[in-house]
Amino acid sequence: MSLTHLQRLEAEAIHIFREVAATSSRPVMLYSIGKDSSVMLHLARKAFYPAKPPFPLLHVDTTWKFREMIAFRDRTVSDLGLELIVHVNLDGLEQNIGPFSHGSSIHTHVMKTLGLRQALDKYGFDAAFGGARRDEEKSRAKERIFSFRNAQHAWDPKNQRPEMWKTYNTRVASGESIRVFPLSNWTELDIWQYILKEDIPIVPLYFADKRPIVERDGMMIMVDDERMQIAQGEKVEDRLVRFRTLGCYPLTGAIESDATTVPDIVREMLTARTSERQGRLIDKDEAGSMEKKKREGYF
Amino acid sequence: MAVLASSIATDTLQDYLAEQEEKPLLRFITCGSVDDGKSTLIGRLLYDTKLIFDDQLATLERDSARHGTAGETIDFALLLDGLEAEREQGITIDVAYRYFATGERRFIVADSPGHEEYTRNMATGASTADLAVLLVDARQGILRQTRRHAFIASLLGIRNIVLAVNKIDLVGYDEAVFGKIAEEFRAFAGGLGFATIAPIPISARHGDNVTANSAHMPWYAGPTLLGHLETVPLAGQDLGRPFRLPVQLVTRPDQDFRGFAGQVASGRIAVGNDIVVAKSGRTSKVKAIVTADGDLQAASEGQAVTIVLEDEIDISRGDMLAAPGDRPQLADQFMAHLVWFSAEPMMPGRSYILRTETDSMSATVTALKYQIDINSFSHEAAKSLHMNEIGVCNIATQSPVAFDSYKDNRTTGNFVLIDRLTNATVGAGMIDHPLRRATNVQWQALDIDQNARAGLKHQKPAVLWLTGYSGAGKSTIANMLEKLLHASGRHTYVLDGDNVRHGLNRDLGFTPEDRVENIRRIAEVARLMTQAGLIVIVSAISPFRSERRMARDLFADGEFIEVFVDTSLEECARRDPKGLYRKAMAGELENFTGISSPYEQPEEPEIHLKTAGHDPGELATQIAEYLGKR
Repeated sequence: MSLTHLQRLEAEAIHIFREVAATSSRPVMLYSIGKDSSVMLHLARKAFYPAKPPFPLLHVDTTWKFREMIAFRDRTVSDLGLELIVHVNLDGLEQNIGPFSHGSSIHTHVMKTLGLRQALDKYGFDAAFGGARRDEEKSRAKERIFSFRNAQHAWDPKNQRPEMWKTYNTRVASGESIRVFPLSNWTELDIWQYILKEDIPIVPLYFADKRPIVERDGMMIMVDDERMQIAQGEKVEDRLVRFRTLGCYPLTGAIESDATTVPDIVREMLTARTSERQGRLIDKDEAGSMEKKKREGYF
Repeated sequence: MAVLASSIATDTLQDYLAEQEEKPLLRFITCGSVDDGKSTLIGRLLYDTKLIFDDQLATLERDSARHGTAGETIDFALLLDGLEAEREQGITIDVAYRYFATGERRFIVADSPGHEEYTRNMATGASTADLAVLLVDARQGILRQTRRHAFIASLLGIRNIVLAVNKIDLVGYDEAVFGKIAEEFRAFAGGLGFATIAPIPISARHGDNVTANSAHMPWYAGPTLLGHLETVPLAGQDLGRPFRLPVQLVTRPDQDFRGFAGQVASGRIAVGNDIVVAKSGRTSKVKAIVTADGDLQAASEGQAVTIVLEDEIDISRGDMLAAPGDRPQLADQFMAHLVWFSAEPMMPGRSYILRTETDSMSATVTALKYQIDINSFSHEAAKSLHMNEIGVCNIATQSPVAFDSYKDNRTTGNFVLIDRLTNATVGAGMIDHPLRRATNVQWQALDIDQNARAGLKHQKPAVLWLTGYSGAGKSTIANMLEKLLHASGRHTYVLDGDNVRHGLNRDLGFTPEDRVENIRRIAEVARLMTQAGLIVIVSAISPFRSERRMARDLFADGEFIEVFVDTSLEECARRDPKGLYRKAMAGELENFTGISSPYEQPEEPEIHLKTAGHDPGELATQIAEYLGKR
């Protein structure tokens, strides 16, 4: 019996989870509440069955996530009986750093990148799982499954460790760490097909619904709380939309869609003509912006 | 997205997806020399199969205008060259992975770099590929890098190769040029064991013979590149191969459950089957095959499972469950092909960490049998392997490893070597066969052990390892120290670097390779002496950290005491007791530590002797006091 495509991807991810658990002294799973995190969590639970995953989840909360995401996160953790660490960059919070006041670039750097670095240092994690996929972006297509970071959390793309076969070099010196991407070889469509096949719970924001929308900089931004000021000339409209990726609500564009079920989404995916990152303001600055962020310690 | 489907009815979605799921997967790489058009080819392939999203295309057009090397037209390479340094320099540095599917197959393609400097990244892509598309610039023909990549592809077990003769438009679509290159390639690749060799004339820039047949080459009757990739026969899985499951971890959620988790590397296993544990030779039966989706009756190659056995036997990570009728090899010495990745050369005798898929231990290359010349494939004698060189060597591991020959099993026959200090992956190996001497020489258990011998002498054995520049005062301090210890009734011995070179190490010189071997022998002798219960004082320059680390690893915790005799190089050169600095500075002595060969200072020595202003007697007393406190 030959494995099907999704079975192959699943087995590969399980193998990766187990390698990290067996060789790292303090692993953690970055949980960003999106669809990729949902799939990753599902795979982690499979990898160690009948035991529980031997690591906590870490959510670096920028305090600007959609409210429905936070509700989903808390429900998931309590339903599954998992350990969750929530970290907020308190320095950033004190300085009132936010996407509206400081722009996407500073907000992301302070609340996400620096927040992540603080959390990893604070708990001494030497391996961190992330849900990034190589099909997302050009510099990610270049990254290893086991991606090494120095003590300053920096990625050196010109000097990556060779990654031969499935024989992973998981060794790090004290202070250094590795980012591990079990979903490296999955595409966006694979993720959705797997969610469909395995019936994995996801945040309802992925499904189309009437939501209060403001058009700004060519993107459809949802008014998720009172911190969003409506400028003169802007108007809030209820529109039938859904989100293809999730992040900080002021930085995440919705798409018009009537897909209300996972099969609807898969069907929409099959005919999509734009990439998922198009809805993300933070990737748009220029071609090298993701790589630059990663070199600074972004996931 | 990766699959084009304009309209799919609701009720057929599940069927459609199921059909997509069953498509066979082909993993391939593009390789070849710099500027032969590898990235451009993949970009073209994705573009022609309409697998590029509109927003990506818009970005590509914008980037082409800024960085592009294709004039007015789209530079497809920019789709793949995702790193800033790559876009600036217009070269590929690391592998990019891309995913696509056609009506026939799914594909994972690894676009690999052409520069010799980045061979390690090409090998990374090749290690998981089934097929290699080797590009050649029609104007240049077969180059050194073409040969190297063909050889590495073959070495890593790739059995299908496409010779894509690119830029055929630039030689006027000339059939004779194509024919000559194809013939030359067949002549040298004939011995590399490829199952299929398919030469195809293409123009990646203009799309000729990439996805559609070219109107410019009526003389070419073969398939397009994509057509070939969709139809080339794949080896597929041979479930007749013997069962292997490298154990990744032992799952013990509670006292009633003990399972061995791993991914089946080959063959098939079913509930009730007999298995053998490779390292201990113990046998048992499979009681259950556990997964989160329910227990399975059987599992086969590629599946990640957890196996529960009938009997309680001791198995840990790094061991292997296998078919009792066809067991893997178990040895601590074997021969292997080695590809070297590191700028720091491979040296026989130096200690590395050897990692198989799930096992890890200390290992040394005991002999470099020969190096393989990339151009002629001839065997050449060599003392070390430099970056990107390939050799055949004997390897000895600290404990036995379970493995198969790489030609029989790419999963259980591979390993990587890791530098002990930097943790860098410095080499990759493919095991050929075990060495007989390993299997026939058993460790002889003796009844009188180190404790018994030391007890009789009323002392705790130790090795005091004095390291420092020539002329630092090591031998003088060692001599005073031994007198002190001797006077207090200790049983001691001094192993002096110079003295040892008169006998045991008479055959060794001062090249880095020989220095490594020199230290290995001194360390082994020191170990025998501590086993005999002695306190050993080693006095040797021992300039390299990794060898001092290797020596340390031979001893129990606390038994190895590193003493850094810290005298500045200027002071040593001023003293120059043997007149060696004068000679070295006059260029009469090669490989002299501190002058023409490096000294790597200890980072955390147990004793750091700053000699300035102290006489040797004081320093020796300092060491004796340390010993007394243990």
